[in-house]
Amino acid sequence: MSGNMLDNPGFSLRASYHHINREDEVMFGFWVFLMSDAIIFGLIFATYATMVAATAGGPGPKRLFDIGSVAIQTGALLLSSFAYGMASLALRYRSGRRKVIACLLVTLLLGFVFLGFEVHDFLTMFAKGGSPDTSGFTSAFFGLVPLHGLHVTVGSIWMVVLIVQMLRYGIDDDVRLGVQRLALFWHFLDIVWIAIFSLVYLGGLA
Amino acid sequence: MNDFREFGGHPEWGRPHFGGGASGDAYRRDLHTYLWGLALAVTLTVVPFALVYWHAMTASSLWIAIGIFALVQAVVHFRCFLHVHPPHENVDEMLLVLFTVIILIMMAGGTVWILANLHSRMY
Repeated sequence: MSGNMLDNPGFSLRASYHHINREDEVMFGFWVFLMSDAIIFGLIFATYATMVAATAGGPGPKRLFDIGSVAIQTGALLLSSFAYGMASLALRYRSGRRKVIACLLVTLLLGFVFLGFEVHDFLTMFAKGGSPDTSGFTSAFFGLVPLHGLHVTVGSIWMVVLIVQMLRYGIDDDVRLGVQRLALFWHFLDIVWIAIFSLVYLGGLA
Repeated sequence: MNDFREFGGHPEWGRPHFGGGASGDAYRRDLHTYLWGLALAVTLTVVPFALVYWHAMTASSLWIAIGIFALVQAVVHFRCFLHVHPPHENVDEMLLVLFTVIILIMMAGGTVWILANLHSRMY
């Protein structure tokens, strides 16, 4: 790290908690992971873009996608991002463990709403003959969108682990850094979702 | 509510450095950042969904509009939720993000370019 240290991007807790050991290193490392993940998503988006017309006589986007369900998923994920922001605020301003956990539970619930509607969409697509083995288009779709869903699932598991740690150990440095990293992950996933609903769903239905 | 024992027990941690804790100016400013982010994100989401739902334009202008709304919304999320404010950041972080953007332009952009070119030669 170079000598001229300004704040890391993200919601630093340094000002409200004196010095958290390892905060700079840990948060920088997590940004490196996020950016590598962004490259993976970017390349899978590129693959999808090259495959979108390759329906091989199978159903295309207009037949398979349901704009209402996608709107609900988008709203649920956006509100969950906001709820996570409220958890970060509660942590930064020491509003107490209960408030942090309550905000995280709301986030988790909205994450489950998102995943529920997403799985329902996938099942509907299967029923309409749009399974991954139908065409290059469906293969690319099921390579991209469920990968994001998998990320949300892993983020949800991580959130449950953090809540359990908070209940068991209180809010110590490790838990705080965990909440800060999951915040970056969760907000990052919402940005990936912007790309998915714009490029895949709205672009496909336009 | 500000029981420092809950935060690991260091006596200094009992005193928030942000004046007024969850009622001070700093708190209100941070809350407003999130609220603005939410309001802008909702608007920037609802408009493209409505445009597509009612097929308000031709397909090609819809694609351009969707792309612009998505880019603006991504910037809003970066600023209001991820708290990334470009000129004031750590140099390492900004180099990391710029490097990622260059890799993405070369690899993702290059993939689409080359395969679109091949596609147009095949038909």
